[in-house]
Amino acid sequence: MESAAGAAAANLADVAHLRPVPDPKPPSRSSEREDAPSTPELERWATVLRIECTRMLAVAKSGHLDSSLSAADIVAALYYRVLRHDPEDPEWRERDRFVLCKGHAAPIQYAALAHHGYFQLRDLMGLRQIGSQLQGHPDMNRTAGVEVSTGSLGQGLSMCLGITLALRLDGLADTAQVFGLLSDGDCQEGQTWEAAMAAAHFEVPNLTAIVDYNHLQTDGTTEEVMDTGDVRAKFEAFGWDAIEIDGHDMNAIVEALERSRGVDRPAAIVCQTKKGRGVSTMEGRFGFHGKPPSPDQAEEALTELEARLAEQTAALQAADAGGGEDDDAGDIGRPPEGEGRT
Amino acid sequence: MNAATKPTATRHGYGDALVDLGEAHEDVVALDADLSVSTQSAKFGKAYPERFFNVGTAEANMMSMACGMAATGKVPYCSTFAVFASGRAYDQVRVGIAHNELKVRIGASHGGVSLGEDGATHQMIEDIALMRAMPRMQVVVPADYNQAYRATVESYEKDEPMYLRFGRPSTPVVYEEIPETLGEGVDVLREGKDISIIACGHMVWRAMEAAESLEREDGVEAEVLNVSIVKPIDTETIVESLAKTGVAVTAEEHRIVGGLADAVRHVAAEQHPVPVFAVGMRDEFGISGTGEACMEHFGLTPRGIADRAREALVLKPIVSHPPLHGPEWT
Repeated sequence: MESAAGAAAANLADVAHLRPVPDPKPPSRSSEREDAPSTPELERWATVLRIECTRMLAVAKSGHLDSSLSAADIVAALYYRVLRHDPEDPEWRERDRFVLCKGHAAPIQYAALAHHGYFQLRDLMGLRQIGSQLQGHPDMNRTAGVEVSTGSLGQGLSMCLGITLALRLDGLADTAQVFGLLSDGDCQEGQTWEAAMAAAHFEVPNLTAIVDYNHLQTDGTTEEVMDTGDVRAKFEAFGWDAIEIDGHDMNAIVEALERSRGVDRPAAIVCQTKKGRGVSTMEGRFGFHGKPPSPDQAEEALTELEARLAEQTAALQAADAGGGEDDDAGDIGRPPEGEGRT
Repeated sequence: MNAATKPTATRHGYGDALVDLGEAHEDVVALDADLSVSTQSAKFGKAYPERFFNVGTAEANMMSMACGMAATGKVPYCSTFAVFASGRAYDQVRVGIAHNELKVRIGASHGGVSLGEDGATHQMIEDIALMRAMPRMQVVVPADYNQAYRATVESYEKDEPMYLRFGRPSTPVVYEEIPETLGEGVDVLREGKDISIIACGHMVWRAMEAAESLEREDGVEAEVLNVSIVKPIDTETIVESLAKTGVAVTAEEHRIVGGLADAVRHVAAEQHPVPVFAVGMRDEFGISGTGEACMEHFGLTPRGIADRAREALVLKPIVSHPPLHGPEWT
C-alpha cells in the first residue's frame, strides 16, 4: 500500500499544474437549497467535471473518456440541481437514487461525487490504480455515493427497478426518485427491455431512465454496428412516458429531469448527445471508446476545456458584478436573479 | 412446521420455509420467473402478495432486480429452475449479487436429471460447478424435505449470497425430524471404517441404501457423509473421515467436474491424499424419461454407488496413502 500511495502522490504531483481553481462545495441536501444553481452555473460545473475526467484519464492511462464527456451535462444537472442527496449522510433513507447503468463512464460520476465531498478530490487521481477506492467501474462496496455496482451493460435498469420496488415497500415511492443513466449499448442488451416491460407492469411512478444516446460504440457508430433506432418510441411502446431532448441543452435536461418526477408512470428521457462532447478533437468522432487520451491529446483537451471554464467563470463574475447580489458568492459568482432558474 | 415423514420433494421444504420466513421477517421478498408453482414460491406469493414479484420469463431481469432490492435493504429470494438460475442469469448473479456481496438467496429448483421428462435442456447438471467457481457464493444442496426447510430458514441468518439447489421429485426422508441446523454443512449419517461415501442432495438416501447393501452383501462398513453445504465445504469432517477409511466415493446428481467430487478431491489432495472416486454425470447431457428412469440411465442409483465403492475398495490397498493392511472384507 505504501508504494501505491506513493505512486498516487506522484501522479497527483504530475498533474498539480492542471488543477482547476478550487470550487466551493455545494450545499449538501439539494432539496434544501434556497439558491438552486442557475443554468450558466450548471454549465460551468459540467466543464469542471469534464476537466476532472480528462485529468483522471490522463493519469490513469486507462478508461473511457469520451463516454464520460457525453454524459457530463446530464450528470452535472443531476448532482448539482436535481438529485436530493446528502454527502454528509450517503445512506440518507429518503434520498433520490442515481445509478450509472453505463458504468464505464465511472469517471464522470466520481468527479461529481468528489466535488460534493463524498471523498477527497485528490482521490480522483487514483482512478483504476491498485489500492484505490475508484474501480474501473463503480463499486458500491468501495466508493461512497455509489448505490449499486454496475459495468455489465443491460443490468442497470433492472437494478433501478429493484430499488424502486423496494422503496415502494418502504413507503418512499412518493419521496425518492430513482434515476438510471443508460448508454446506447444498454439499449442493445435485451435485458434492458425486460426491465422496461416489468417497470410498466409494476406501475412504478418514481423511475426515470435517462439514455445518453451518443451514437458511438466500440466497433463503430450504433447505426453501423447495431442500429438502436428510435429508442424513445421503443420506451413509449413499452408503456413508458418517453421524451427526447438535446442532451447538451442544460435547460432542457433540468426541465426533463424535474418533469419526470411528476409523471405517474416510468419515464424515459432519451438524450441525443455527442460522444467526447467538449473536446473538439474527440467530439462525435469514432475511435476513442475505451482509449485513454495520450499526453498530447490530454494537454490539448485540457487547454480547450480550461479556456471554456475561464470564459464561463468570467461570464458568471461579470453577471454577478452587474447584479451586485451577494458578497459570499466566492470565485464562481452568481447570475442575475431569476436567470436560468426554470 | 411439521417434519415430513413420507417422501416429499426438497422444493416443498423451500416453499414452506419461505412462507414462515415471510411471516417472521418483514424484509423478506420473493421473486419468481413464471415457475412459482413448480418452485413452490407461489405459497409465499399467496400469503404476501405485496412482497411477491413475478417477473415473467425474464430470469436475467429477476436477478438484477433482486440486486437492486437487496441494495435497498430487502432480503430477496429468487426462484426459478436451476438451469435458468445458474446458466441463463450467470452474469447477473455474478456481477449484481456475488460481486456486491448482497444478501440474495437463489432458490434453484429442478436441479439434476431427476426432473425427468423435460429432458436435456432443462436438466441442469453443472450448476454446482458454476456457483462454486463464483467468488463469495455459498452453495447449499439439502438432502431431503426436512433439511431443505432448515436450510431455507437458516439462510436468512447468514449474510453471504447463497445458491440453494432443490429437486423436483418426491424423495425419501433422510432426517426424521427437521434438523436444528445445517451446522458446518457435513453430517456423518452412518459410521464405518472401510470407505467414505460422500453424497449430496438426492444421492444421500441412495448412499444410505448403498451402504446397507455393502454391509449386507460384502460385509463392508461404509461411512456415509451428507454434504449439505458444498461451499464453503467443512474440510475438517471430511478429512477426519478420509483419515479413518482411506478411500472415498462421492455421489451427486451433477457433473463430476466442478461439483462435489472435485470439492472433496480438492480437500483430499491438499490435506489427506487418498483415492476419491466419483459417481455422477460424465461428459454428457441429460435425456427424457421419468425421473427415476433418468437416474437409472446414468447410474445414479444405490447400486451405482455400491458398485463404484467395490471398485474403489479393490484399488484401495494399491493406491492408498499411506498403504493400509489387507482389507478385512477379502
